[in-house]
Amino acid sequence: MDGGYSRIKEEIHPQLLDLIPNERNWFVKRDGDHNIEGSKSNHGNGDEKKLELRLGPPGVEDWSVSDAQKNFKSPQKAAQKRSAPSPVVGWPPIRSFRKNIASSSSKQAPVSDSQNGIVSNKLIQKEKMVGNCQKGFFVKINMNGVPIGRKVDLNAYDTYEKLSVAVDQLFRGLLAAQNDTSGGRINGNHEHEKPITGLLDGKGEYTLVYEDNEGDRMLVGDVPWHMFVSSVKRLRVIKSTEISNISRLGSKQEKIKV
Amino acid sequence: MGFPEEVLEHVFSFITSHTDRNVVSLVCKSWYEIERWCRRRIFVGNCYAVSPAMMIRRFPEVRSVELKGKPHFADFNLVPDGWGGYFYPWICEMARAYPWLEEIKLKRMVVTDDNLELISKSFKNFKVLVLSSCEGFSTHGLAAIAANCRNLRELDLRESEVEDLSGHWLSHFPDSCTSLQSLNMSCLSSEVSFSALQRLIARSPNLKTLRLNRAVPLEKLSTLLRRAPQLVELGTGAYSAEIRPDVYANLTEAFSRCKEVKGLSGFWDVLPSYLPAIYSVCSRLTSLNLSYATIQSPDVTKIITQCPNLQSLSVLDYIEDTGLNALSLSCKDLRELRVFPSDPFVANANVSLTEQGLVAVSEGCSKLQSVLYFCRQMSNSALTTIAKNRPNLTCFRLCILEPRAPDYLTFEPLDVGFGAIVEHCKQLQRLSLSGLLTDRVFEYIGKWAKKLEMLSIAFAGDSDLGLHHVLSGCDSLRKLEIRDCPFGDKALLANVSKLETMRSLWMSSCSVSLGACKRLSQKMPRLNVEVIDEQGDLDSRPDNCHVEKLYIYRTVAGPRFDMPSFIRTMDQNPTYRS
Repeated sequence: MDGGYSRIKEEIHPQLLDLIPNERNWFVKRDGDHNIEGSKSNHGNGDEKKLELRLGPPGVEDWSVSDAQKNFKSPQKAAQKRSAPSPVVGWPPIRSFRKNIASSSSKQAPVSDSQNGIVSNKLIQKEKMVGNCQKGFFVKINMNGVPIGRKVDLNAYDTYEKLSVAVDQLFRGLLAAQNDTSGGRINGNHEHEKPITGLLDGKGEYTLVYEDNEGDRMLVGDVPWHMFVSSVKRLRVIKSTEISNISRLGSKQEKIKV
Repeated sequence: MGFPEEVLEHVFSFITSHTDRNVVSLVCKSWYEIERWCRRRIFVGNCYAVSPAMMIRRFPEVRSVELKGKPHFADFNLVPDGWGGYFYPWICEMARAYPWLEEIKLKRMVVTDDNLELISKSFKNFKVLVLSSCEGFSTHGLAAIAANCRNLRELDLRESEVEDLSGHWLSHFPDSCTSLQSLNMSCLSSEVSFSALQRLIARSPNLKTLRLNRAVPLEKLSTLLRRAPQLVELGTGAYSAEIRPDVYANLTEAFSRCKEVKGLSGFWDVLPSYLPAIYSVCSRLTSLNLSYATIQSPDVTKIITQCPNLQSLSVLDYIEDTGLNALSLSCKDLRELRVFPSDPFVANANVSLTEQGLVAVSEGCSKLQSVLYFCRQMSNSALTTIAKNRPNLTCFRLCILEPRAPDYLTFEPLDVGFGAIVEHCKQLQRLSLSGLLTDRVFEYIGKWAKKLEMLSIAFAGDSDLGLHHVLSGCDSLRKLEIRDCPFGDKALLANVSKLETMRSLWMSSCSVSLGACKRLSQKMPRLNVEVIDEQGDLDSRPDNCHVEKLYIYRTVAGPRFDMPSFIRTMDQNPTYRS
């Protein structure tokens, strides 16, 4: 009995210790094996997880991912860079507080301010490059009156204008098909399709809104693109008439909810 | 000369420049007397050049004192700890003699908490305290200043090393203190009491300058700004926060209400998403310091292209050549540019900042006067172009990160390039050299740089001739600092009388012998010749041994008495020696 008990203990301990590396692998793998993840029972969950990674202050796992990728990419280059000419005291002529700034931004390790949990910007950008740019950043998008949802890759665009053009392309056909009561239409017949315009300024029939990381519904276009991309969870195209209490940025200090 | 004293006194009161006042006092004995009684402001460029007692004896009615301590190279760790520059003897004398003192401005001095307490209790109408690159005190001393200086107008701790014991010092400002116009605490590390800060700002209707420290979170900046829409200079704290549209909206709104803002600084840990919040004030900005902002070229560019009235810009090399190009096109009023290295200890640049960026700015910004530029490559042709483009330069400090780097195109020394700078920029007052340089460049400097007041030299020259050109040619030279150059005894001893016309000379890792220092000191009794040697006992060294560090300055106060064991002064009279 004693022996069995101690064996269990032995088994548990290594597992606990391995938890973090396992988690790491999981995150790294998922980047590559997106399809496998998606084919699992919980459909949207994979995407949601991915989104969570990038919301709010980046967590430890993110750093391990970006660090790992960084190192895989160019370990030699990094080593080369460090072998700069041997340092001379007082050269280059820079105040010590500048040296700190410089080194904190050049190091690839996370530098978090103990008081505020602030992470140096360079790292955030690094993380974004690794996390965002190399693969797509898909969010779900639905349109009122259209039963079929779509996904849109936000990394493919850098402005709201481009996004609204993309939304038009995604839904124009579907919307026309939905409105066409005669039925039996053949795909590719664009005669009755009207462009979806005015998505951003509230002047069109439809308006683009999004749900942010806190679950609040917001008007698309009110915050800088960067910020939108970092906080958007899913998109929706709704009838402009459905929006009550629209208030644009600047006129209100509270978070603008739709 | 029939004017009564009162009339002359009144006339003199319009003369504000220190040098002009000095000239006035040399006219005749009666002018000397009148001038010394009505001198209100004193500037002492070297705290060991004169004693506090002498200052007080000559100028009994002073209201404002500005003192400087350590040599400039102390900024770069070349001056050992414990070197000196103590404020103690000064405050002791001033506390007794100047009850109506209103302003103290110190640079590179050692100030203790006791000193600060003495300041806070000795002067009834004390208004301005500026501690620039000072050290030795803590937030306790600041608490004393806050608690006791009822009419404080300005507290500026720029780039000081403060022992940060508690953020509560700020709450020592009494509720009756409403006079604050300027508060700079950007050098502090710990979080200050936010409610105290908020209340202080709220009751300071004349607050024009506020520079926060990194610990003030961005979420709270809008709250502070809303209470001080009259601010002219603002230094933000950390400029990042969890991405929240409400924080962004509040910040944007708060900035848009600041109609007086002309200067922005701070920007630690910038998250670019929040930068558009400042766009509403950009068109008014005359000065912008992004030298702590690790943001990439497109983000920097987006800001500066919205600042058409910018006169002074500090940035990291992340701005890159493209950003400087944009600067040259949009900021036509630029006078001062500082570009700092983001990664100074790495040989290969991960940013594309070259000589081209500076060339572009010199072409586009016709008012450019002052340059501090760290880069990794330079060419003679670029320097010549810059010199021809901007003959109005008064300050040119170029630091090529790798010592002794030649013209990267021709592999020649940069003599011709720097020669062009001194030849074309007739008003040049300050120059820092770097890169591969021979004695030729010093020949050019001695020949052309007649207005040069401060010269920094590192890893340059071939022989004594180089230093001789500078000392014999630069008529206006006041401060000369040299490191790692083969300059030695001959040049120094041939120009001894020049040294008395200068404020100071620093030489480290050069070829000056101990014997030459002794001879120099004997020849020039008004010079303090201080040898700094941390290795060991100087007294046992032979005279031909090279000194590690040498600091020479003129003084009317004699040798100083607060020297640590690693400094020897080469007294002219051996009996002075202990």
